[in-house]
Amino acid sequence: MKPVAFDYASATDAPTAFMALKDHAGSARLMAGGQSLGPMLNLRLARPALIVDVSRTAALRGVTQTADAIIYGASITHAEVEDGIVPDATPGWMADVARHIAYRAIRNRGTLGGSLAHADPAADWVNVLTALDACVELKGPTGSRTLLLEHFFMGPFTTALALDEMIEAIVVPRRDATASWGYEKFCRKVGDFSQASAAVLIDPARGQTRVLLGAIEAAPILLNNAEALISGHASVVDAVSKALPERSVEANALHVQAVVRAIAKALAAGART
Amino acid sequence: MNVPLKPGGVGASLPRLEDDRHLRGRGRFVGDIKLPGMLDVAFVRSPLAHARVHGIAKPAGFEASVFVHADLKGVSGIRADSGLAGFRSSIEPVLSYEKVRYVGEPLAACVADGRAAAEDIAELVSLNLEALPAVHDMTKARDADAPLLHETWSENVFLEAFVDTKFDVSAPSADVKISHTMRTSRQSMCPIEGRGVVAYWDNHVEQIVLYSSTQMPHIVRTGLAECLGLPEGKVRVVAPDVGGGFGYKGILLREEVCLAYLAMHLRRPMRWIEDRREHLTGNANCREHHYEISGYAKADGTLVAVDCEAIVDSGAYSIYPFSACLESAQVPSILPGPYQFEGFRCRTWSVATNKPPIVPYRGVARTGVCFAIEVLMDTLARKIGMDPVEFRLRNLVRPEQMPFTNITKKLFDSGDYPEALKRAAAAINNDSIRARQKAGEPDGRRIGLGYSIYCEQGAHGTSVYAGWGIPMVPGFEQASMRLTPDGGVEIRVGVHSHGQGLETTLAQVARELLGVSPSTVKVIHGDTALTPYSTGTWGSRCMVMAGGAVASACDILAGRIKTLAGHLLQADASTILLADGLASSASGSISIADIARTWYRRPQDLPAGFDPAGLEVTQGYKTLRDSGTFSYAAHAVVLAVDTTTGTIEILDYVIVEDGGVLINPMIVDGQVYGGTAQGLGSAMYEEMRYDAAGQPLASTLADYHLPGACEVPSIRLLHMETPSPISYFGQKGIGEGGAIAPPAAIANAVNDALAEFGVEMLELPITPDRIRAKLAAAQRHTAQVTAP
Ligand SMILES: Cc1cc2nc3c(=O)[nH]c(=O)nc-3n(C[C@H](O)[C@H](O)[C@H](O)COP(=O)(O)OP(=O)(O)OC[C@H]3O[C@@H](n4cnc5c(N)ncnc54)[C@H](O)[C@@H]3O)c2cc1C
Repeated sequence: MKPVAFDYASATDAPTAFMALKDHAGSARLMAGGQSLGPMLNLRLARPALIVDVSRTAALRGVTQTADAIIYGASITHAEVEDGIVPDATPGWMADVARHIAYRAIRNRGTLGGSLAHADPAADWVNVLTALDACVELKGPTGSRTLLLEHFFMGPFTTALALDEMIEAIVVPRRDATASWGYEKFCRKVGDFSQASAAVLIDPARGQTRVLLGAIEAAPILLNNAEALISGHASVVDAVSKALPERSVEANALHVQAVVRAIAKALAAGART
Repeated sequence: MNVPLKPGGVGASLPRLEDDRHLRGRGRFVGDIKLPGMLDVAFVRSPLAHARVHGIAKPAGFEASVFVHADLKGVSGIRADSGLAGFRSSIEPVLSYEKVRYVGEPLAACVADGRAAAEDIAELVSLNLEALPAVHDMTKARDADAPLLHETWSENVFLEAFVDTKFDVSAPSADVKISHTMRTSRQSMCPIEGRGVVAYWDNHVEQIVLYSSTQMPHIVRTGLAECLGLPEGKVRVVAPDVGGGFGYKGILLREEVCLAYLAMHLRRPMRWIEDRREHLTGNANCREHHYEISGYAKADGTLVAVDCEAIVDSGAYSIYPFSACLESAQVPSILPGPYQFEGFRCRTWSVATNKPPIVPYRGVARTGVCFAIEVLMDTLARKIGMDPVEFRLRNLVRPEQMPFTNITKKLFDSGDYPEALKRAAAAINNDSIRARQKAGEPDGRRIGLGYSIYCEQGAHGTSVYAGWGIPMVPGFEQASMRLTPDGGVEIRVGVHSHGQGLETTLAQVARELLGVSPSTVKVIHGDTALTPYSTGTWGSRCMVMAGGAVASACDILAGRIKTLAGHLLQADASTILLADGLASSASGSISIADIARTWYRRPQDLPAGFDPAGLEVTQGYKTLRDSGTFSYAAHAVVLAVDTTTGTIEILDYVIVEDGGVLINPMIVDGQVYGGTAQGLGSAMYEEMRYDAAGQPLASTLADYHLPGACEVPSIRLLHMETPSPISYFGQKGIGEGGAIAPPAAIANAVNDALAEFGVEMLELPITPDRIRAKLAAAQRHTAQVTAP
């Protein structure tokens, strides 16, 4: 389990990274924390001719604050979110999510951008940041574009990223204490990818109520009728069955529980404030 | 034997002497060995579970770097037959050629400067394979239309075994009968270090030297010499630091033979380090059992009879030296465990399937057997309406019956099994847990309480193994002792220590009998050139057998030291005592260092005609009977089951164990904790699944779930100490026990929790998915029954 030989370049700034991507059209691969790409290289599932290391690229390591949002550079690590080294756009929810990703050794290296680009349906940021209505700033040779995460994920391990594009930053809208949040994931063991997950956001100030179903064989799904699901006027079982029609009710049991428990957590949090 | 205990000697919780180098990362494992000119080897492995091999094409330009069967001239395959009647023989070719019989079977070896480069070449080798239908389900392996793995066989069965003791006359007296179909999963041992080999030809001694991550260097030497057609004198095997074995490192690997051959013929050092994918899918497989088991009991709680048909999925070949029958032949002999009953019938099949051969894993057949019998005991208790502890107490062998010969002629040396169970029930707060169950949980989860009890036969020797007729029969265990010129003590043993702490515990034995400080004792192990022959580390035997051998050698050495001391002190040698590094008589004392100095460096001080025996001793040892020591334990667990998700949370875990006299209680605790963690893996996590084509479905640790630190609860461990009457200090083998009982205890607790739903978990591992599926099936069933 050793990778095919590749060249390695560390990109200190974004233009260098672009140049490398462009020069090796299709055969270069960005590497941030290497926590997903590393195993794929070792299993020889990924065989790039060139690895462009963006873990220290200055443009991807910054954080910008606006009135409405916090903009995280793509190479911010899970650990930096966990430890509060970067500000949290939410009342501590992101740090809490970060704390329960994998193990600390992986969090020390794994990044927000790498996780979103990898687009594992079971990954935490993929689901959490979609539920938080975040968007990604993508940069390509022809310029930049901003995409809502809802539109960024196309399916398991597939995104709207073009071959020569990269994620530069993630824009996470600010949430204050009047909002409430519930996140539930089922893992076989601590640090394992989840088998089922759900996130619930209730933000009256912004007029947003979102119920997200994750860890499915597809891009995360925002369930219709979020308010009714939360108030109990619509059936979670039905909503999950509708979202995952190809699966039996029994097979959906964990996902149903994830939604039910995420709603309960959000309501309990709301009741406390 | 009654031996006075000395501080730092037998019975002391001495910190492990070997931990210093390991905690500082200074151990030397196979992967740390670098030799000048060393090449790496990558194996081309079969992508198919069952296929005829029509050709293996070496890539153009790399012909000299790729080796196939025909290139290994004079090398024979690995053969491990059992002498049991009806055993069918198989041969593992070092590199397969006519057929492949499991995914991962090695077909070609590619040699290059660096592993990545070797893998590059391996990718270019093209295989011409004709796929054959695969046998992936052990319960179908004996079907008339099952494809044959070994064409000369009449069915896919290595061995069928049968015992019947008064079953027909006993069973009819029962009031209740319970039948279960049960399954344990195929597992992978997953020591933190996989296998690894570095081989080179030593021109000086004209030997092939094989560094291998093995627990049985002398056995590997014999097997290697046989496969290579060399006298043993031309083979040296060295096991350096080894990162856990658990049985997987007790077999001769094809890779070992292949690397030795390549090193001899290319005259370059060769290295192969097993990667986790090779480990999981191709090499380290174990434990897959299927049981049809019935228990018969009287309404008063007397267990009357047990009837069982068991299948062991042995995979494609018989492994060296334990053979493909060890596991299945053990099932009928150990199934009754510590219970007494009248009638027993058991038939077992060791079947061949298109999967890697299974290898004995910590606990060997006991983990599956304990699961089968102990879950049956709980179901019987439920059926009779008796408390499971009470039901067990009625049927366990009692202390006053010791030594006790059970229904399968196992000779229990000592112990108080009912007491262990009672203490476990008290420690887990049986009564308050029962009350809590009645009250119910605010969060709706169901609380379950489960027990299991087992016995672990350890250090069993000649008579037991001679009966199986496998390539290895343990005889006298030997130890060599040397007093060095400065008064230090060297101990050489042929067993290997890879986590068991033998470098410490054997030093404690020397401390006990020679009165020297453990820090002056050096334990040398793992090198066939430096140590006396031993079958090695397996079967919970080292502390009993190697410990006994070291003690016996110490006794002789002590006598020689005393003779010298007697001369130097002008005292009667029989009055000399050894303690605190001194030999003392009533008239004075002399340090052991001075005695050594006299013998080696001032022999002129000794009179003519002095006893020439010297200060080096090699001594053999056997226990008073070779039927084994029987350690045992009762496990008790309280857990909560979430019936909506199937999630299990362990709330409390108690073990009451009896390992006889504990040489180092702290090390014993560590062995029990580690084993229990692995047992919890068997119970709740680990599962090496295969699809119908025989393709392994867990090829990385992302798919093969091992319990981690967060999954293992704090275990409350209590000790009893019933000395064994057959071992030197009264010690018993305890190395495997922790791994035996958890699946049964967990299953019983889960089944207790789910009793109201009429659900019983009879298949391992007990996962949330399986629990939900069973609950859903029970619900469908209820709905059907109650439907109008
Ligand atoms: C044992 C283990 C357990 C794990 N458990 C979890 C878990 O519980 N939850 C969870 O969410 N994750 C888990 N992970 C994944 C981990 O969080 C990874 O860190 C993450 O998925 C990828 O981040 P990375 O920075 O390491 O990306 P890399 O591995 O470096 O890259 C991943 C992919 O993203 C691309 N990429 C990287 N940066 C960019 C960019 N700026 N723009 C465009 N493409 C980019 C790469 O080319 C590659 O295709 C686990 C990983 C391991 C090894």
